[in-house]
Amino acid sequence: MNMTGVEGIVLLGAIGLIMIGLAGLFMSNNVFRMVLALVILESGANLFLILAGFHGLGIAPIFLSNHAISDAGHMMNDPIPQALVLTAIVIGVGVQALALALILKIKAHYNTLDMSEIRQQMEYDLAKNNDVTLPASAQSPDSLVRSKVICQAEQTQPDHIQAKADVQQIGGSVNG
Amino acid sequence: MRNVSGLLFSGGLAFLLLVIATHLPFGQPLMLVGSDIIQASPHEVGSANVVAAILLAYRGIDTLGELSILFTAAAGVGLILGHRASQNVPPTQVKNNSGFISQKGIELMIPLLLVVGFYIIFYGHLTPGGGFQGGVILAIAFFLPVLVQSDARLDHNIISIIEGLAGAVFILIGLWAMFYERPFLQPFFNGLFAKGTLGELWSAGTLPLLYLALGLKVGAELAGLLATIADFSITETQGSLSEDDTQ
Repeated sequence: MNMTGVEGIVLLGAIGLIMIGLAGLFMSNNVFRMVLALVILESGANLFLILAGFHGLGIAPIFLSNHAISDAGHMMNDPIPQALVLTAIVIGVGVQALALALILKIKAHYNTLDMSEIRQQMEYDLAKNNDVTLPASAQSPDSLVRSKVICQAEQTQPDHIQAKADVQQIGGSVNG
Repeated sequence: MRNVSGLLFSGGLAFLLLVIATHLPFGQPLMLVGSDIIQASPHEVGSANVVAAILLAYRGIDTLGELSILFTAAAGVGLILGHRASQNVPPTQVKNNSGFISQKGIELMIPLLLVVGFYIIFYGHLTPGGGFQGGVILAIAFFLPVLVQSDARLDHNIISIIEGLAGAVFILIGLWAMFYERPFLQPFFNGLFAKGTLGELWSAGTLPLLYLALGLKVGAELAGLLATIADFSITETQGSLSEDDTQ
């Protein structure tokens, strides 16, 4: 294909956007940044899809009154990818809104956006609700199973007084 | 390690896409159905904008499915965040409105945004634009006061009424087409809704009506979504503020 024209540059841009989005998705540890990376990835994919029906000399698929229909048909870009991308953009907005709602809820509950902290706290919550002990090495004291971060987060959060009491109980039993 | 593998994966995918793209015959139409639709749509649908013809006539059921996806997303956000809690919260004691200039700016912007939004919806079958784009602009027009005035709230009941009515109108027009022995959701020309001449406002039969319903539904859906998220954030910040006061 001819990579020198406008198509080539825009195509490279689309692939670059997809790459940036994927790299951001893998490398960031903040859930909100992951959603932003998803948005970039999505726009790259949409641009890539639109380019499938694009040629440099094409015009927008809209009939003007002075066009003869048969002539204009050959000049126009393919309208089907454009209609598909319109669909994809709206669905993307829905997905982003849902992700944002989940992030808001996570932030309100765990008071952090860091993936590893969220995972740790979720594991602890799951284990606590189901009466399962978290896996830990035999040498480590019980109070180290929950990392320092979680205890600090809970001390700033007054909702979790019950959980804090549990921690103190565990600590007390270890000390005793 | 995770970073390195992520970079490797995205680089590899970019290389793969590039290789695939160099083998594509760019410039030649990949799908012949596109050029067929371009030739046939002025006669069959009568809309000057071929993308609008595809979206509402050739792929109308797809658009209905898309509307239901958007509805599911809005319902999911409402379910996760829940807007009942926000109504129990008393209005803010502290007025932190964002000042005279932005208040007056909003008052000027809203009529303008409404006009532009409805213009884009009504001319969707003639110019680039249509129900989705115009609907988003309408949603912004209703959401702007929530951003600027701290005590402004969107009425969720009115939003859900508009949303339900627009969705019902969209489906009813689709069913109406079946009375004239046409497929479900296909725009048709009959009586008041003439085919008209290509490129005039009163053309393309029921397609502008379908686009209006689509635009209103998208606008109401998005405004409701944004309002739910804003309500939740306001409740959260108020909650943390009152906690700070007690401490």
